[in-house]
Amino acid sequence: MRRTGAVLLVGLAVVAAGIVVASLRVNPYLYFAGYVILQYVVIATAWNILGGYGGYVNFGTPAFFALGAYTAVFLIQTIRAPLPVLILAGGLVSALLGLGIGYLTLRLRGVFFSIATLALSIVLQTMIMNWEFVGGSRGLSVLRPSGPPFGSYVTFLFTVMVLLAVIAVTVARFIERSWIGRGLAALRDNEEAAECMGVPTLRLKLFATTVSGLLLGVAGAPFPYYVTFVEPNSAFAIDYAVNALAMPMIGGTTSWMGPVIGAVLLGTAQQLATVTISSEMNLFIVGVVLVAFVVLAPEGILGLVRRLRGR
Amino acid sequence: MFSWELLANALVAGLLLGGFYTAVSLGISLIFGLLDIANIAQPAFLILGSYAAYVMNTAFGLDPILTGVLFTPLFYGLGVVVYRVYYGSFERRGEESLRGLVFFFGLLFIIEVSLSLKYGVDYRLVQAAYIGKSIDLGGVGIAYRLLVPCLVGLAMTLALYLFLGRTFYGRAIMAVSQDGPALRLMGADPIHIKTIAFGIGIAAASLAGALLITIAPVIPSTDRDYIGRMFAITVLGGMGSIGGTLVASVILGVIESLMGTFFGPSWSLAVSFGILLIALAVRPAGLFGR
Amino acid sequence: MRQRGRRSIAWTVGGAVAVALLLASAGAFTARAADPIKIGFGMALTGGLSANGKPALLAMQIWKDDVNKKGGLLGRPVELVFYDDQTNPATVPGIYTKMLDVDKVDLVVSGYGTNLIAPLMPIAMERKLTVIGIFGLANNEKYRYPNYFQISPTGPDPATSTATGFFELAAKQNPRPQTVALVGADAEYPQTALVGARELIKRHGFKTVYDKTYPPSTVDYTPIVRAIKAVNPDVLFVASYPPDSVGMLRAAHEVSLQPKLFGGGMVGLQFTTVMTSMGPMLNGIVNYDYWVPEPTMMFPGIQDFFKQYQPRAAKEGVDTLGYYLPPYAYAAMQVLGQAVEASKSIDQQKIADYIRATEFTTIVGKIKFGKNGEWAKGRTLMVQYQKVQGSDIEQFRGPGKKPVLYPDELKSGNIIYPYSAALK
Repeated sequence: MRRTGAVLLVGLAVVAAGIVVASLRVNPYLYFAGYVILQYVVIATAWNILGGYGGYVNFGTPAFFALGAYTAVFLIQTIRAPLPVLILAGGLVSALLGLGIGYLTLRLRGVFFSIATLALSIVLQTMIMNWEFVGGSRGLSVLRPSGPPFGSYVTFLFTVMVLLAVIAVTVARFIERSWIGRGLAALRDNEEAAECMGVPTLRLKLFATTVSGLLLGVAGAPFPYYVTFVEPNSAFAIDYAVNALAMPMIGGTTSWMGPVIGAVLLGTAQQLATVTISSEMNLFIVGVVLVAFVVLAPEGILGLVRRLRGR
Repeated sequence: MFSWELLANALVAGLLLGGFYTAVSLGISLIFGLLDIANIAQPAFLILGSYAAYVMNTAFGLDPILTGVLFTPLFYGLGVVVYRVYYGSFERRGEESLRGLVFFFGLLFIIEVSLSLKYGVDYRLVQAAYIGKSIDLGGVGIAYRLLVPCLVGLAMTLALYLFLGRTFYGRAIMAVSQDGPALRLMGADPIHIKTIAFGIGIAAASLAGALLITIAPVIPSTDRDYIGRMFAITVLGGMGSIGGTLVASVILGVIESLMGTFFGPSWSLAVSFGILLIALAVRPAGLFGR
Repeated sequence: MRQRGRRSIAWTVGGAVAVALLLASAGAFTARAADPIKIGFGMALTGGLSANGKPALLAMQIWKDDVNKKGGLLGRPVELVFYDDQTNPATVPGIYTKMLDVDKVDLVVSGYGTNLIAPLMPIAMERKLTVIGIFGLANNEKYRYPNYFQISPTGPDPATSTATGFFELAAKQNPRPQTVALVGADAEYPQTALVGARELIKRHGFKTVYDKTYPPSTVDYTPIVRAIKAVNPDVLFVASYPPDSVGMLRAAHEVSLQPKLFGGGMVGLQFTTVMTSMGPMLNGIVNYDYWVPEPTMMFPGIQDFFKQYQPRAAKEGVDTLGYYLPPYAYAAMQVLGQAVEASKSIDQQKIADYIRATEFTTIVGKIKFGKNGEWAKGRTLMVQYQKVQGSDIEQFRGPGKKPVLYPDELKSGNIIYPYSAALK
C-alpha cells in the first residue's frame, strides 16, 4: 500500500497544479476548453470501469450524465444547494440508476445490458421532456451563484473538475488493482468460467454498474453551472455516448491510463475542431477513428506502446 | 373522449404501423436473433435505404418501393462486405462481444454523419401516386401511405419465413444459428452461410428504408428513433422467431397508436421501451423465443 | 515495475501539459489583418437548426460585403469571425470565450435560436457586452439585461406573438367559431406557442375541446388527427416543427380533417423545400410568417438583398428563396452597423444606449426596441396559402400565393373562410 500513498500524493499534486493554473488567470478560453476535456476524463474513466474492466458495454452514457445534471437542476431550483451537495446528489441518483439497470439485467448476457441502456436513454429523456419543473422540452436557464471562492466561476468549476478527474482516476486505479478488478477481468473474459471458479459475478456486476453510474452522475452535476442553459436534447446528446466509447477504446481499456489518454487526445482534438473545421467532420472523424482502432488496434494506444516496447 | 369508431381507427392504424415495423425489424431479427450479431448499425442502413429511395425519386421520379427492391442486390453486397470485416476482425479471434458492439456503433456513426455531410439536415420526402389518398371502409379510414408499406412489410415477412423454412440456404441459416460445427459436418461452410444471412438482413433494411420515407420525412438522425424499436421488437418477439417479430411489431404499433389516440402521444415512445425493459426483466426469451 | 508505472504517469501528465500548451498557442496563430472591426458569433451550421443557420450566415456575409463596399464601418473594414455551434448549447461558452479572448473580436452577435442564445447571456452580462439576439424567444425575461436586443418581430410578449394574430382572425369571422383544438410537439418553440395560445383562448372566450402534445419522433400522426376530428373543433391551432408540420398536414388530408380555421404556429411550412413538396396541400392553412413577397412588405433595400441572396443561396445549397430568416439576420447586422456609425465608436455601452433610443430603418421595415430588448410592437404575420398549384417554386417567388391577413397595416389580401373553401 506504499504505492497508494504515492498515488495520493501525485493526485494532490495534480489538484494543486490545477489550482495554480486557475489562479494564473491564463487566457479564460483555456478553462472552458479544459473543463470539457476534464469532464471527458471522468466520463471515459467511469465508462471504462464497467466497459473496459467488466466487459459490459454501456450505450446509455447520456442517461447517467444527464441525470446527474438534472438532479443538480432540481436541487438548484428548489433549495439553491451549494455545489458539493449537487455533486454528491447527482452522483447518488445516477448510482441508483446504475444499480437499477444492473439489477434488471443481472442474469442476462452482456448484449442485453447494452440494449437496455439504449432504451434507458430514450425513456429518461422522454420523462425529463415532460417534467416542466426542470424546464421540460423548453429547457431551463440556470443562474451561476455569485462570489466563487476565487477567480471567475468557470475557473472555479475548472478546478473542481480537476479534483473530480483525480478522484475518478484514483477510484479506477484502486478498483483495477484490487480483487474487484481481478474479478471483473475474470467476468469479462468468461462469465461462466468465472462463476464456476467462485467469483461473485452478480455482486461484481452490480458494483461496477453502480460505481460507473456514480462517476457519470458526478461528471454531470456541475454541467448546469457551466453551460447555464440545460435542455434535454443537448444534455442527452449522443456525443456523450460515442465519446465515452471511443476515448477508452483509443487509449486502451485495460488500464486507468487508457481513458485519460483517450479523453485528453480526443477531447482536445474535438475542442480544436470546434473552433476550426466543421463539426460534422468532427463526428465523422470520431467514427472513423473508433472503427479503425477497434479493428486494427483493439488494445488502444497503451497496447501499441506496449507492443513497441517489445513486451 | 372515447368512441368505438375512434378505437377501431386506432387499432387499424396500429396494425398498419405494425406491418411497417415488421419490415424494419426483419433484418435485425435475422442478424441478431439468428446469428447473434448485435448489429447496432442496422438503423443506419435503414436510413441509407431511405436516402437511396429519395435520390432516385427526385432524380428519376422512381417510386420509392421500386427503388427499395432494385437496390436490394447492392445492399446485399454491402452486407457481405461488412460481415467479412466483422468476421475477420472479431469473430475469428473470438472477441466479438465488446469490440463487435463498438465496431457497429462506430459504423452507425460513420453512415449517419456521411449522410449528414452529403445531404444536410433538411427533411427529405418522396412523392408517390398513393401518398395523400385514403380509402374508407365503413367508418374506418385507411391511408394508402400506410397501407402499402404495411402490405410490403407483410410480404417481406412471408418471403423470409418461407425462405428460412423451405429452401436449402434458409434451413442452413437456421442450422448455423443453432449448431455451427454440426453444419460443417454436413458439408456447408458456416461462414458462407452467415455471410448470406447478414447480406439478406442488410438488403431487408434497404427496402424497409424505402417504406420509411414513404410514411414520414427522414433526416440522418432518424436512425436513432429506430435503434430502440428494432431491438425492442426482436427481444419481445423472441430471438430467432420471424413470427414472433411480426407479433411483437403489431403489439408495439397498436400500443403506440392507442396511446397516441387516447392518452396523448407524449408517452407512447417511452411506454414501448418501458415494455422492452420489463420484458428483459421478466421473460428475456420473449414471446416465442427458443 | 514501480519505475515503469511512474514513467507512464509522467508521460500522461507530460502529454496533457503539451496538449494544453498547444491549445494556448493555437490562439497565437490567429492572423491579424489591417485593423479591421471584428464581429464574432456562433451559428448553427450543423445539427437541427442548421437549415436556418446556414441561410442566416449567408445573409450576414452579404451584409458584410455591402458594408465593405461602402468603405466599412468608421472607415475600417468589417470582418466576421464565426464558429459552428452545432445546435448544441454546451459549445457556446467555449466559442464566445475564444472569440473574445483569443480572436479578440470587437463586437458580438448571437447565434440563431433561443437555445443557443441562452448560454450567451451570462457571458454577456459578466463582460458587459451588447448583444443582438437572432430569433430567440424570451431569452431576456429572466435576466432583464438592458444591453440585449432581439431581432424577430415577436414583440413585447413572445409567448403570445404567434397566437395573437391567429385568434384575432378567428374572432373576426362570422359566424364566430366556438371551439378550439390545440396540439403541438414536445419541444421548445411549440410549447411556448401553446402557452400563448391558451392565454389568447381565455381572452377571446373560446372553448378548448382538445389540448395534447406529442413527442417529436412520432412516426404516424393519423391517430392524433383522428382524435382531433372526433371532437370536431371549429379552430385547430398547431404548434409544430418541420417534420411534424408535414406529418400532421398529410395525415389531416388523409382523414379529411377540415376545421373552419387551420394552422397557427407550424414551423417548416415557410421553408422552400417544404413548400415545393407539399404544394396544394398547403392551401387554406393560416400560418405565422415573418416575411412574404407581398406588395405591403417591400421595404427599402429588401429587393436588392434578395437579388444578391438568391443566386448565392442556390450555389451554396441553402434555402433558395430565403423568405424566412435571412432578411432578419441582415437587419440585425444593419442595426449593429448603424449604431456603430452613429455613436462613432465600438464602445459596448454607447452602442447599447443608441440602439435603445433609436428607431431603425432596415430591410424588414422600421424597428424600435422596447422592454427586455424585444420589439416595442410585435409584427408576426398571419398569412394564408391560397391557390397553390403543383410543386413549382416560381409561384412562390412573387406575390399572390401567401397574402398577409394580419396585422392590418400590412394586410395584402382577404382570408378564405372556412378552410374547406380554399381546398377547391
